[in-house]
This record gives sequence, structure tokens and C-alpha cells, in this order.
Amino acid sequence: MISKRIAAALAGATTVSLLLVACGDNGGGQSSASGDSVKSLTVLDYYNNDPDKSLVQKGLDSCASQLGITIQRETVPGDTLIQKVLQQASSKTLPDVLMLDNPDVQQIAATGALAPLNDMGLSGDGVIKGMVDATSYDGKLYGLAPVTNTIALFYNKDMLAEAGVQPPKTWEELKAAAKKLTKPGRYGMAFNANATYEGSWQFLPAMWTNGGDETDLTSPQVAEALQLWVDLVKSGSASKSVINWTQGDVKDQFVAGKAAMMINGPWQIPALQKTPNVKWDVVTFPLNKPDQTPVAPLGGEAWTVPLNKDQAKQQKAGDFVKCLNSDENELAWAKARFTIPTKTALLDQYVKEVPSMKAFTEQVKTARARTGKLGDKWPDAAKVIYQAIQLALTGKASAQDAFKQASGG
Amino acid sequence: MGMVTLTRTTVAGREKVRGRRHRGESLTKVLFVLPAAVAMVALFGYPVVKNLLMSLQDYGLKTFFTGAAPWVGLKNYSTVVTDKLFSDAMLNTALFTVGSIAFQFAIGLGLALFFHKKFPLSGVLRSLLLLPWLLPLIVSSATWRSILEQDNGILNRTLLKLHLIGDPVPWLNSPSVALIAVIGVNIWIGIPFNVTLLYSGLAEIPDELYEAGQLDGATGWRSFWYITWPNLRAVASVLLMLGVVYTIKVLDIILGLTGGGPANATQTLATQSYEKSFIDFKFGQGAALSNILIAISFVFAIFYLRGTRRAVDE
Repeated sequence: MISKRIAAALAGATTVSLLLVACGDNGGGQSSASGDSVKSLTVLDYYNNDPDKSLVQKGLDSCASQLGITIQRETVPGDTLIQKVLQQASSKTLPDVLMLDNPDVQQIAATGALAPLNDMGLSGDGVIKGMVDATSYDGKLYGLAPVTNTIALFYNKDMLAEAGVQPPKTWEELKAAAKKLTKPGRYGMAFNANATYEGSWQFLPAMWTNGGDETDLTSPQVAEALQLWVDLVKSGSASKSVINWTQGDVKDQFVAGKAAMMINGPWQIPALQKTPNVKWDVVTFPLNKPDQTPVAPLGGEAWTVPLNKDQAKQQKAGDFVKCLNSDENELAWAKARFTIPTKTALLDQYVKEVPSMKAFTEQVKTARARTGKLGDKWPDAAKVIYQAIQLALTGKASAQDAFKQASGG
Repeated sequence: MGMVTLTRTTVAGREKVRGRRHRGESLTKVLFVLPAAVAMVALFGYPVVKNLLMSLQDYGLKTFFTGAAPWVGLKNYSTVVTDKLFSDAMLNTALFTVGSIAFQFAIGLGLALFFHKKFPLSGVLRSLLLLPWLLPLIVSSATWRSILEQDNGILNRTLLKLHLIGDPVPWLNSPSVALIAVIGVNIWIGIPFNVTLLYSGLAEIPDELYEAGQLDGATGWRSFWYITWPNLRAVASVLLMLGVVYTIKVLDIILGLTGGGPANATQTLATQSYEKSFIDFKFGQGAALSNILIAISFVFAIFYLRGTRRAVDE
């Protein structure tokens, strides 16, 4: 009887203590260091794999030592960052410095979670316009991206030489080249047309280069761009599996010699360098008509400062973001991580030092931000784009009707 | 106020009369129930209630930062029900659930009967059969994705080499085939569960029944129909009900194989709910969809509870 009662008391006590632990989390944490005595900053980003993880760490460390502070950095996998940010936002534990993928900046800024950088003495002067568009909301700057990237056309030099094909400059040449390069076990062209934002991102060079616009997705220019994707798949020059491929899958096909050309970005270069027998080069995205200029979407991540009750800490975080966007750091990160500096003045010097990034740098000069026109409404448009691509490539709609069908309620 | 004090003292007085020991005992009972009760409320009660409330709110990205989630009544429900994908998702959910369960059960029953006849290595083979169950779902679906790949997948290559098909089958690439492929993979995953439960159900049937039946001429099919099946019915009904509740909410397999595509051909209520919440960040609508899903599961759960209660009564 006695032991039973002790057990009952223990059971009750355990419950109470568990409840206490669950409730006890809310205190502490936000101790405010007053005045100029900010000693450390917390940082959150999604560069959770090497080599990027340690290369970014180098840049963060050098800025930390310049400002005389220490940093506590946390990295999470890319697809979980927004969920992590939401979780931290609701528990009021956002980091002092937050990295965001550039198309997400406006959405997060719209919630009122971020501090405007203009108020802390930062500006987007000299930064390519597309990136400033992406990281501004309601006329204020909320983030700065030291480096950017984009997508262009990779090709396998040996395969093109063997088939006697020049790197395509127009869509007609692209289709002809892809057809000629296709043989059993190999496709001429590979790209990603899956039902995610990634699929929309890969379609943008064709859509934008042809004068299409996300504000009017039912225009003939957009349909014409979709027709290019349809033609490539229908003619058998690209695999029907493109509707399920990620950009990583596309790279794997290229590396395995199962695709002679692909749409992809410079972040794949370290992986390509691991297979030196695949000789490759990059050209800007081909044009539909000769008077067009290639327009690709801007990639890359911006560093932002979440609103902080502690003004001194917030200012320090602003200084930190400023340091990350210094000329030296932009060039250092660009060179080490196959990305492109965002300051226009640095581009020529960069290409001189890293000639292999010439095509991407050219493409960046004219590139646009996904959120440049629609702001935080961009995800809705992106969804219509990838659904229209899926409809057209699976034959459920023609390229002309696909966008109407995907956007019509 | 005076009244309250008065009542309290009378109650306390009466209890004092009944004895301290009795009170101690009831306190003991409460303390024993407390941990389970707290766990139930925290882990089941809170999420269900929160989900219900969320489905009546405009709960978006902003809510996490400002805490503001305005009440919108049933607007989330009307939005998701009138969505052009809703009827497709409903139909796919039904096809997916019925297709998966019918074949899982039939194949599972066949294998269970097969393994019920003891033969050399049957134990080893039966445990190997559990393998699909032991693999993390995301691993299985990634593996199946490469098996079902149209150009280089091992399934198409094998079928082509055997001259069973003339052209590669677009398993995951065609809107008309993808759902069948996804159901197929789900059947593969569900078989071990069905075999295990049905096998233990078979083991419960006393051998004497078969011996007696044999004397009356019940062998082969007749013994299955008149002895095995009636005795297996309780297990089978539990299995089917659990199957419905498990299958109707399957998410990871579909996300891993097709992500709901191609062209939304494999969207179910579960994938739609996930998409609304974690891609569109419209948590209110996602909650509304998942509540519809819970309601459907609940109907089946009631059938199941009534079924088992009748079994106990008998």
C-alpha cells in the first residue's frame, strides 16, 4: 500500500515537473546589453554543407574580428530555413543577423519582422538593380546580398565537337543542336521542369528573354517560351522525366554523359570539377529573335537584420551586414564559391581574375529579380508557371492554353 | 460568499466523517491518472483544438511575427472546397486508399496463408518480408523513384529486355500512370503489416477445427471459406479499418515519388494540406483541409470502434 502511494506521488510529481520544464523556457535569453558593449551576435543561415559552410564561416569570422565581436552561428538545411524562422519569430528568438534567399526577403519584410537597413547607414548604391529590387520592400532596403548567381547553358565540349555542333545562340539552333546531340542513351538537352518553384526558376530565362512577363502570363511571348520546352521534350531531345527532375538531377544526368547540354547554375561547378573527364563550358541563354538580350533570374542570398529591442545590438548587426557586403568580401566570396559580386563596379575586375565565370557574369548584368515586379505576390505567379509547364509537358494542355488553364480558378 | 464557505465546510465535514483513509485513496487514484491525462491533453487535445481554431482563422506568415490571426469563420473551408483541385484530390484520395488497401489485404492474406504452412526457411522468409516496413519511408520512396525512372529505371529496362513492353512505361511521368505507380509502391510498403496481423490471426485458429472439418469433408477452398475466413473476420475488420485510417493520410511516399505531380495527377487531401500550409504558408486553409481529412478518418474510426465492441459483446 505504502509503495503504491509513493508511486502515485512520484507519478504526480513527474507530471508537475514536466509541466514546469515546458513552461520554464520563456524566461531568460533576451538579456539586453546596454550601450556600446555588444560582445556577440547570433547568425542563422542555410549554408549547411561544405565547402560553402566553411567558406562562409571565413567571411563571417573576418567581419567579426573587424568589429571586435564573436559570432554564434547556426546553419540549417535550405528547405527548412523558413520554417525555422517562423518558429523563432513566434517564440521571439530570431537571430541578430538572418540570411534569407533573395525572393523570400520581401515576404518576410512584409510581416514587419525586419529592420530597414537605410536607418542604420546602409544603402544599395552601386549594387545591381535586380538585387536591390529583390531586397527592398515599400521603398526601404531590408537586405544586402554580397554575391549572386544565375542560370545559363552548360555544354559538354567533347560531345558538341564530336557532333560538329556550335554552342547554340538562338532557340532554333538550340533545338537543332539538341536533336543532333541526341542518340540512344543520351539526350541533347536537360533542364528542370518539376512542379516546384525550382521548375519556374529554370523557365524564367526563356520567358523573360522572349519578352514575357509575370504580370501577364497569358501573353503570346510566354506561350512561345513554353513551346520551346514542349518542342524539346516532344522531339525526344530532352527526357520526359524533366517534369520530375531537380537541378541536382539535371547535373547528375550531365555528369553521367546522359545529357549533352543543360540549364544550370555555377553552384554546380565544384561537383563538375570532381569529374575532370567531362569537359564543359558555359554560354548565355540562347535568344528567340536576334534583337533580344538574354534575361535570367537572379539567385543568391541576402543578409538581413531582424528587428531587435536592443538598439545597440541591432546597429551592430547592421554594421556586420555592411562588412559582409564590403568590396573585399564580395570578391573573396565570389572567387571561392563560384558566385558573382553584386556591385557593378567589381564585375569587370572579377571576370579578369576568374575568366570561367564570364558567361554567368554577362548574364547577371541583365538579370532580373523574381520579386522585382510582383513583390510578395511572386509565389502565386511562380505556382501558375510551374503548373502550366506541367500541363503542357504532359500533354494535358497546349502551350497556348496551359497558362490560362493553370491560372483560371 | 457566505454560502460558498458554508457548503465547503459541510462537504469537508462530511468527508472527515468518511475517514481520512478514503480520501487518501481517491487522491492516489487521481495521482495515477494525472500523468496519462496530462499527456493526453497536451499531445492529443491541444493539437486537435488548435487545428480546429486555426482553420477558422486567417493564419498566415504574418501571424508568426505579429501574433494576429483574424477570425474568418468558415471561409477557409469554402475556399479549399471550391478550389479547382479539391474534387481531383478527393477522387485521388479515394482511389489511393481503396486501391492500396484492396491489394495490400489480398496479397497479405495470400502470403499469410502461404507462410502458415510450415516449410523449411519459412521463418527466415517471413522476417525478410518485413523489410519494407523497416526502411524509412523517405528512403523507400527515393529508391522507388529511381526504380521507376522512365529512361534508365531498372523496372523499364527489365521489362524491355524481357520484351514484355515495346516502349518504356512513363511510370511517374504520365498523369494517367503516375497514380497507379504511387499506389503500387504504397501496396509494397503495406504488405508486411497485413501479413503480420493476418498471420497471427491464422495462428489463433485452433487446429482441431480443421481436423473436425476434414472429417466432414471441408478441405482446400471449402476449409478456407467455412473455417479460416469466419475465424479471421475479427482480425480482418480491424486490419481494414486501421488500413483506411493509415492510408488516407499518407504524405511522405507521394511527396518522395511525385510531389503530387505530374500536372497534379497524384494530389491527395494530405498533399494538398501540406502544400497549403508549408509552401503557400496559408496555415488556416491547410488546417481546414486536414480537419476534413480527420473527419473522414473519424467516421471510419467509429465503424472500427463499433465493430470491435460488437466482437467483445459476442
